[in-house]
Amino acid sequence: MNIDYTKEELEFQQEVRTWFKENLPEDVKRKHQIGAPFSKDETVAWQKTLSKAGYFVVGWPEEHGGPGWTATQRYIFDSERAAAGAPVGMSMGVIMLGPVLMAFGTQEQKDLYLPRIKDCDDWWCQGYSEPGAGSDLASLKTQAVLDGDEYVINGTKIWTTYGHHANLCFCLVRTDNDCKQQLGISFILIDMEAEGIDVRPIISIDGEHHLNQVFFDDVRVPKKNLVGAEGQGWTIAKYLLTHERTTIAGVADSKLNFSNLKELAKTQTANGAPLIEDEQLRLKIAEEEIKLLALEYTNFRTLADTAAGRAPGPESSLLKVKGTETQQSLSELRVEMAGNYAYVWKADETVAPAEFLHATEQYNFLRACTIYGGSTEVQKNVVAKMLLGLK
Amino acid sequence: MDFSLSSEQKLIKDGVEKFVRNEYDFETRNKIIATEDGFDRALWKQFAELGWLGISFSEEDGGFGGGAIDTNIIMEAFGSGMVVEPYLATVVLGGNALALGGTPTQKEEVLGSVIAGETLLAVAYAETQSRFQLSDVATTAAKSGEQYSLNGEKVVVYGGAWADKVIVSARTSGDQMSEAGITLFLVDAKASGVSVTSYQSMDGARMANIAMKNVTVGADAIVGQLDQGYALLDQVVDSGISALCAEAIGEMNALFQKTLAFVKEREQFGVAIGSFQTIQHRLVDMFMAVESSRSMAIMNALKLSSTDVTERKKAVSAAKVYIGQNSRHCAQEAVQLHGGIGVTEELDIGHYFRRLTLFCGAFGSTNHHLKRFADLSD
Ligand SMILES: Cc1cc2nc3c(=O)[nH]c(=O)nc-3n(C[C@H](O)[C@H](O)[C@H](O)COP(=O)(O)OP(=O)(O)OC[C@H]3O[C@@H](n4cnc5c(N)ncnc54)[C@H](O)[C@@H]3O)c2cc1C
Repeated sequence: MNIDYTKEELEFQQEVRTWFKENLPEDVKRKHQIGAPFSKDETVAWQKTLSKAGYFVVGWPEEHGGPGWTATQRYIFDSERAAAGAPVGMSMGVIMLGPVLMAFGTQEQKDLYLPRIKDCDDWWCQGYSEPGAGSDLASLKTQAVLDGDEYVINGTKIWTTYGHHANLCFCLVRTDNDCKQQLGISFILIDMEAEGIDVRPIISIDGEHHLNQVFFDDVRVPKKNLVGAEGQGWTIAKYLLTHERTTIAGVADSKLNFSNLKELAKTQTANGAPLIEDEQLRLKIAEEEIKLLALEYTNFRTLADTAAGRAPGPESSLLKVKGTETQQSLSELRVEMAGNYAYVWKADETVAPAEFLHATEQYNFLRACTIYGGSTEVQKNVVAKMLLGLK
Repeated sequence: MDFSLSSEQKLIKDGVEKFVRNEYDFETRNKIIATEDGFDRALWKQFAELGWLGISFSEEDGGFGGGAIDTNIIMEAFGSGMVVEPYLATVVLGGNALALGGTPTQKEEVLGSVIAGETLLAVAYAETQSRFQLSDVATTAAKSGEQYSLNGEKVVVYGGAWADKVIVSARTSGDQMSEAGITLFLVDAKASGVSVTSYQSMDGARMANIAMKNVTVGADAIVGQLDQGYALLDQVVDSGISALCAEAIGEMNALFQKTLAFVKEREQFGVAIGSFQTIQHRLVDMFMAVESSRSMAIMNALKLSSTDVTERKKAVSAAKVYIGQNSRHCAQEAVQLHGGIGVTEELDIGHYFRRLTLFCGAFGSTNHHLKRFADLSD
């Protein structure tokens, strides 16, 4: 048993490391480091840089324009990306829709959308949740009724992350009301500029605009935008959610955040001494590091399973639950370190050090990571069913 | 043993609770914090007329002879509605500084005017480098003739944006970290050399950094004794913590009640989510957090006026630690159990969450007070 990389993998690691060193703009790195929000333009610009280097659709196979990396290479890439201080970007198209289209899309859909995702020409949002359908996603009500060669869509989606940036949306809609809930759901691609769509902002607990509610009023969508068959939406959604869960764990980014915090504890002073000389804080930092190790090695084991072609079991839920808890506790640590500056809201560097300006915003917003992508409670229900052998 | 309130106290409790219920709903609060001032001066006048600003002060000082329990009654009710008016800064911190250390003239002129709702106060002690250490004071007050000249900057001052007068800690002797040599001065916020930079705190209220450049005051501006300001400041801040703990109970209880109502109403999988046992246990945990925290707030209030300083400090730190941990738990759970709607600005849940996050760090984090408690217990 070992966790050593092969010679080729080490070379690959070096190559990626060098690329980030040479291509990550200082301002992007800094913003990411202090947790400042990115504008749409800033995100797109950075993603285009990644894309030009062939580093955007990193999980994709070669036949669809991806690098065709092994699971280990992907892991190396992600670790290097995070360690370099580069944001992962908002790439629902890359992580979620891409794999779905590859598995279920028509040739036309693949030809049309995959290259545009790869080049970061489209911004996709995910239209699953509804006011009445959160954890119980299968109860969703947004209707799609076939009228000639178009579906007419009515209903509403909520919590649509960056729906206000998106020009396209992959959506779950109800196409049949007379069968088992799950079987009446279809997966469809919607143009956000279509007539009848109204995107309304939802300001979140960090005081920022990430989320939206989207209203559909007789929106006409060509039939050819259906992905898979009518009624296959639930199968597709489940396929996609497993992808979402493993990425949400964010182990590599938590490692970076941790090392930034540790550095901060050495450089920020209070009462004439670096923060890290406070014994309690020092031990708390150590505790976080230990939790991260447990997470990292669980991640390694999942990775080894994937590399060996075994489907991840309950570990993907474990990673999601523990990974998001770690994100939350690291954000608490930053707030603790910020001391009095944690109270400051939407201020600038004349009032508080840059490293702490967004500390509470992040702490607040990260409460959401145990809610989205399958809440912790729902994850535990899934694992409980597996462990207890329940139906 | 008797934990019941006196009939006067019951009246106050009913009065403040009724005010919050009828005149300070979430929408009203949002409007108030969106105004340029960030609080409602007319309401402040109303508080004065109702006698709420004078309740805890002695009759001699123009108050009604109440104490920490009365302060807590008001603060808990204020907490239930996240009232932003500067009761803590003006009445509890500023008022207590004057009540405990003010000269007869200061009491008559300033405390009287505070009780009448005409003067707003703030106590400014934190500095960029000082974190939670009250004794870390770099601001200087140099004596020349009969005057003192103040130089330095105070940061994250509660109510600092609104204060007419600020009580600042400054060094009159000793080195930067020493408890001896700190003096409290009453400074006019409009005095020449004072500059106030105000900003919003995460709960929607206003705070300020207050810089002083060659601000000249006379010896009559000293609150308490020359060089002996630390003990007074410590006691004043302890009274603030006690009051803030009571406020936190109000907020925690509001979160518990609102979450309880929500899980009974919110349906997923065809049933109320409150029917899931895992959710039921979580609510029970919240309930236990609220009630055990309430016990700590009472303990704290009863010991606040103890002449045994160690006993007082231990009580305050114990309450801060316990209520800090439990309020964080309640706040996080309330958001989690609400799901997506819990992380929005639209719903009050997120606002209580922010207010309690602020509470956890205010006047020393949980860690700070854990250490203070342990040190005093050795
Ligand atoms: C920041 C953020 C971004 C999001 N982005 C998107 C997006 O881009 N697109 C999209 O479609 N959706 C998105 N979501 C929605 C997200 O997937 C839902 O919030 C999530 O599924 C939970 O649903 P809900 O909010 O309705 O909460 P509910 O399902 O009502 O849950 C409320 C509480 O009940 C618990 N609960 C529910 N069922 C059970 C059960 N059976 N047993 C035990 N406990 C239970 C939950 O865990 C939670 O604590 C986002 C959400 C957030 C917060």
